[in-house]
Amino acid sequence: MIRHWRLFVDSTFLYRFRRDKVAIISFSLLLLMVMLSFSSPLIAPYDPYDPAQIDIMDSDTPPAWQVEGDPRFPLGTDAQGRDMFSTILYGTRISITIGLFAVLLQSILGISLGLIAGYFGGRIDAFLMRLADIQLSFSTLMVAIIVLAIFQASFGTELYNDLAIFMLILVIGIAEWPQYARTVRASVLAEKKKEYVDAVRVIGLGSGQIMFRHILPNTLSPILVISTVQVANAIMSEAALSFLGLGMPVNKPSLGSLINSGFEYIMSGSWWITAFPALVLILLVLVINLLGDWLRDVLNPKLYKD
Amino acid sequence: MPILEVNNLEVRFPMREGELIAIRDISFSIDRGERLGIVGESGAGKSVAAFAILRLVGRPGYISGGQILFEGNDLASLSPEQLRQFRGNQITMIFQDPMMTLNPVLTIGTQMIECLQTHKGMRRREARELAVEKLRSVAIPSPEARINQYPHELSGGMRQRVVIAIALLTDPEIIIADEPTTALDVTIQAEIMELLLELCEKHQVALILITHDLGVVSEITQRAIVMYAGRIVEEGPTRSIIEQARHPYTQGLINALPERTRPGQRLNQIPGSMPTLMQIPPGCAFHPRCEHVTDVCRTQVPDYTRFDHSRVACHWVAVQEQTSV
Repeated sequence: MIRHWRLFVDSTFLYRFRRDKVAIISFSLLLLMVMLSFSSPLIAPYDPYDPAQIDIMDSDTPPAWQVEGDPRFPLGTDAQGRDMFSTILYGTRISITIGLFAVLLQSILGISLGLIAGYFGGRIDAFLMRLADIQLSFSTLMVAIIVLAIFQASFGTELYNDLAIFMLILVIGIAEWPQYARTVRASVLAEKKKEYVDAVRVIGLGSGQIMFRHILPNTLSPILVISTVQVANAIMSEAALSFLGLGMPVNKPSLGSLINSGFEYIMSGSWWITAFPALVLILLVLVINLLGDWLRDVLNPKLYKD
Repeated sequence: MPILEVNNLEVRFPMREGELIAIRDISFSIDRGERLGIVGESGAGKSVAAFAILRLVGRPGYISGGQILFEGNDLASLSPEQLRQFRGNQITMIFQDPMMTLNPVLTIGTQMIECLQTHKGMRRREARELAVEKLRSVAIPSPEARINQYPHELSGGMRQRVVIAIALLTDPEIIIADEPTTALDVTIQAEIMELLLELCEKHQVALILITHDLGVVSEITQRAIVMYAGRIVEEGPTRSIIEQARHPYTQGLINALPERTRPGQRLNQIPGSMPTLMQIPPGCAFHPRCEHVTDVCRTQVPDYTRFDHSRVACHWVAVQEQTSV
C-alpha cells in the first residue's frame, strides 16, 4: 500500500498534473462540484424533494442580490417555490450519478464485446462490429427518445417517474457501447500480436484469463480517456432528454429538467431558473472534457510536448 | 523411449498466391533430459517447428499433417482444452525477447502465481513461496523483493532469468528455447546459456534449443538438427556435426564461422541466399548454391542416407557412401 502510494507520488502522471494549471483548476472544480452535490442533503438549506418545505408563495423569487430578492434564497426560487441553490445541488447529484452509471454500463458492455471481437477475430469480430456500425448509424438521442417515449406511453407516467433514473442509465448505457467496443478492439488488435500474449498462451491460460487479466490492463489508457469524455457525453444526453421531457420528472429534477422547467418562464423575466442550472451543466461538462484532453495528452507518450 | 516424438510434421500457410509449406516432413525425437539443437538460417522454419510443437502456429498457418507424440499423446489432435494441460505445464517455452514476453502491466509475482494456480491448483500463499524459490534458483538476488516488481524495473538479463524461472515453475519435462539470448548483451548471453544448461542438467529437463549460433549449439547440446528451407538436411550428435559435417550446407555453415579463417583473409560464405518458401527449387532445395550439384539434385528430393547415429539428406553424400562401401 505504502509502496503503491510512493509510486504514485513519484509518477510522471502526478508531476505533469502539478505543472498543468488547466488540469489543476478543472480537477479542483470537478472535485468541488462532486463533493458539494453529493453532500447536498447535509449542506442544502432546503430539501426540494420534501413538499412540506416548499411554499408556493415563495415562487419566482429572483436571486438574493436583486431588489425583490430574498436572502433565504441566494439564487432565487423556481415556479413552485423551490430554492434554486438546493435544487441545483440535488440536480447535479442526479446528473453525475446518471453519467457515472451510464458510463459504467457502457464500459462493461463495450469492453467485453470489444475484447471478444478483437481477441477472437474472424466471424465473431465481423458480427459484433457490424452490430456496432448499425447502432452507430442511429443517433443516441433518437434511440433514447424512441425507447423512453414507448416506455412512458405503455407503462404510464406514474411508473415512469419512479423508474426514470434507471431507465436513463439503461438507455444511455446501451446506446453508446460501440464507442468503447471500437476503441478496445483497436487496442486489442495491437496488443494481441505482442509476444507476451504468446507467452501466456504457452503457459496454458484460458482465453478469458488472457483477455481480461493480460490484455485488458494493457488497453487501459485509451479506455480511461474515452471514459472521461463519455461521462461528459452521458451527462449531456441526460440533460437533452430531460429537456425534452423524457428524462427526470419535475419533482426529482436533474440539471436538464431544471433548465427545461425554467425555459417556460424565461420570457416572463425569470431567467435565473434556466440560467443557473445551465451554467452548472456547462461548467461540469467543460471541466470533465478538459480533464479528458489532459489525460489523453499524458497517457499518449507520442504527444509529449515541451 | 523418447519423451517427444515428432513424425512427418508439416505446416502450411495459405496465401493469396497459393499454399506455402513452411516446414515439410519433419521427424525427430528427443529423450528425457536430452538437449537438442535446431540450427539454420533465418526463414529455415526453425521457429515455426518450435511453435508447431505447442500448436501455437499463428493464423493463417496450420498443421497440415504429422504427429507430435508427447508421452503417447498426439498433441496435434488434442482438443484445445486438453492441450492446455500440457502447455506451460509439461512443455514450456522461452522466447527471444524478454522485453516482450513479460506482461508490462503485471508484477512478476502475479504472472508466476497465475501460472501455478492454473496448473497446480495451488493456493496463493503456496504459489508465492514456490515462485520465490524458483526465482532464487535462477540466481536472482533478493527474490522476495523482486517478486513485487514490474518487468520494466529489471534489466534484460534479469528479465530473461525471470522468464526461465517461469518456464521452470511447473517442473516441465521439455523446455523449448527459441533463440533465448539473441536480444541480450554478449556478456549476459553466456551467463544465461550457462544457467539454462545447469538447470536442465539438474532437473533432467529436455531442452530444444533453437538458434543460428553454432557456437552455442556446440557448447550446450548433445544432438543437433540442421534445417534448410523447411526441411531437416542433417541430424546427428553435435560433436560429429561440428567436426565432420557431411551435408554441403552444414559444411558451408561451419566454414563460414570466423574462427575458420585466418586474420586478414576474407570470410568464407555460402554463395547465394536461401530461397523464399514460395519458390523452393525442385529437387534438393539447396542445389542452386551447392558446389557438388549433379543432375539428380535438380530433379529429385534426396532421401535420408543413414549412418550410425546420424542421417543426411543429400545425393552427393549418398553417392560417396555407396562408392566407399
